[in-house]
Amino acid sequence: MDNIISVKNLTKKFGTFTANDNLTFDVKKGEIFGFLGANGAGKTTAIRILCGLLKPTSGNAVVAGYDVYYESEKIKQNIGYMSQRFSLYEDMTIEENIQFFATVYGLNKKEIKTKTVELIEKYNLYDVKNTAIREIPLGWKQKLAFLIATFHNPSIVFLDEPTSGVDPLTRRQFWEIIYSTAEEGTTIFVTTHYMDEAEYCHRVCIMSEGKIMAIGSPVELIDQYNVSNMNEVFYKIARNYYN
Amino acid sequence: MIEAENVSKSYNGLVAIDNISFNIRQNELYGFIGPDGSGKTTIFRIISTLLLPDEGKVQVNGFDVVKDYKKIRKIIGYMPGHFSQYPDLSVQENIDFFATIFNTSFNEHYHLIKEIYEQLEPFKNRPAGKLSGGMKQKLALCCALIHKPEILILDEPTTGVDAVSRYEFWILLKKIRSSGITVIVSTPYMDEASLCDRVALIQKGNILKVDIPQNIIASFDDPLFAIVSDNNYRVKKLLFNSELCLNVYLFGKEIHFIPKHGINDELITTFLQNAGVLNFKLSKINPTIEDYFIKNMV
Repeated sequence: MDNIISVKNLTKKFGTFTANDNLTFDVKKGEIFGFLGANGAGKTTAIRILCGLLKPTSGNAVVAGYDVYYESEKIKQNIGYMSQRFSLYEDMTIEENIQFFATVYGLNKKEIKTKTVELIEKYNLYDVKNTAIREIPLGWKQKLAFLIATFHNPSIVFLDEPTSGVDPLTRRQFWEIIYSTAEEGTTIFVTTHYMDEAEYCHRVCIMSEGKIMAIGSPVELIDQYNVSNMNEVFYKIARNYYN
Repeated sequence: MIEAENVSKSYNGLVAIDNISFNIRQNELYGFIGPDGSGKTTIFRIISTLLLPDEGKVQVNGFDVVKDYKKIRKIIGYMPGHFSQYPDLSVQENIDFFATIFNTSFNEHYHLIKEIYEQLEPFKNRPAGKLSGGMKQKLALCCALIHKPEILILDEPTTGVDAVSRYEFWILLKKIRSSGITVIVSTPYMDEASLCDRVALIQKGNILKVDIPQNIIASFDDPLFAIVSDNNYRVKKLLFNSELCLNVYLFGKEIHFIPKHGINDELITTFLQNAGVLNFKLSKINPTIEDYFIKNMV
C-alpha cells in the first residue's frame, strides 16, 4: 500500500523545549490511524506540522505527496481538518455552514449546489437545514463538522478529539461514518482520549514526552505488552515512562 | 447531605433539567454520568447556589439553596468545568487569595492539599495562566479545598484528560472522600461510573437511573454477547440487518450483540458461518455501565 504520510526524523523545538523529538512513522492510504498520548505529549505540534501550519526544526515530512517545508499551501488544499474546539460557526445555519466551508475549500458554485443538496438528502437534514448550529445537539454538530471537513474529498482528514463529551450512541455513529469514509479511500488521522476508540483504529501511535513510544495495530500492541486492552497498553507505556 | 425534589430549569424555553429528584448522602462519592448537554452543569450550578431553579426545592446540609445561599457557600468547594483561577496571579497567590476570602490561611488546612500541592510547588511562582493543563487542574483543586469544605463539587474534572491522568485523578478523589468530605463529580466518561459509590445516569435533563454501579449492571437483564472478528465493522452490519438482532454496536475491539429472545450462541455461530465470516470468537459477557446507558437512552 502507498504511504500518504511519510515522516522521518522529525524534530520541532520551541526555544530549548523539544515538542517533537525525532519522530519517524508512515501512514498508509485508506488507513484509520490513531494518534494517542497524554496531554502535553506533543500530538498537537505534530498535527500542526502535518497540516502545513508549522515548519519543523529538522527532519522530513511528506503529506499527500507534498513537502511540509515548501508546499504547505498544497497540503492545505488536499487535507480536511476538524478541530476539537472550533469546527462550525454557531450563529450560522447548517446550510450556511456547508456553503461557507465549501467556498473556503474552493469548490465552484455548481459543485457547491449539487454537494449541498446531496449532503442534506443523504443525512436527512432537510427539516433542520435552516437551524442555527448553536441549537443542534453536540453529537449532531460533530457529525456535521466531519462531513464538512470531508466535503471537498480530501485524500486525508485530521480529526482532533472529535468525540470528546459526545454520548455513547452518537460516538458510535460517528465512528461508523469514519469507517465508511475510510472504505471510500480517505485516510483518517484521529486523536482521542477514549481507549475503546483507539481499538477502532487500524494502527495507533502512542506518544509520550515528544517521542513515539509504540506503534502498531491495537491487537499487536495488546499482545506485545501482554495485556487485555488498549487502556492497559496506554497505562503501561505512561507508567514505565514515569518510573 | 443534599436533597433535591422535583427540580426544573429552562433557558429561554429550552429545558435543561426536567423535574429531577435525587439525594446525596454524607461522605459519598457521587457521580453524575452523562454526555454533553444532559444537564450536569445546570444541576451543579443550582447546588452551588450560582443559579436559581425554576421549580422544585434543593437543600444542602439542611440549608435552602435560595434562602440560605450564603451559608451554603461557606461549606462547599466548587471546581467549575472551565479553568477559573486568576491567570495573572501566581500559583501561590491564587491559593492564598482563596484561603483569605474564606477567612482561613494556607497553613490552617495545608494537610488537606499537601499531596497535590507538592506536585505544584516547583511552579508556585508561575502565573496560573501559564501552567500546563494537568497543573491547572491541580491548582483548581487546591483552591476548592483550602477552606476545608464539607462538600466538594467538581464539574467534569476529567474531560479532555488522557486515560492515565484520569485514573490518577480518581485515586485523588477517593483520598479526599476518605478524609470525610462528600464528593460530587460529573463526567461524560462511562468507565468512570464504576469508581463512584453511587451514580446518577443522566440524559437530556432526565435521570435514567440512580444506584450503586454493581446494581445498575445487574439490572441489565438481556443476554449480551461479545464478538471479535477480522472485520468488526462488516460483521456489525451483517448482524444489524439480520433477523436475530435486537441491538448491536461496536465496543472497542469487540462487537456487542443483544439477540432477540430465544436466540442462543449456536444460532449466532451458524448465522455468521453461513454469512461467510470465518474467523470470529463469540462469548457471553457481563455488561458495563456503557451497555446499560446505550440500552436505556431515550
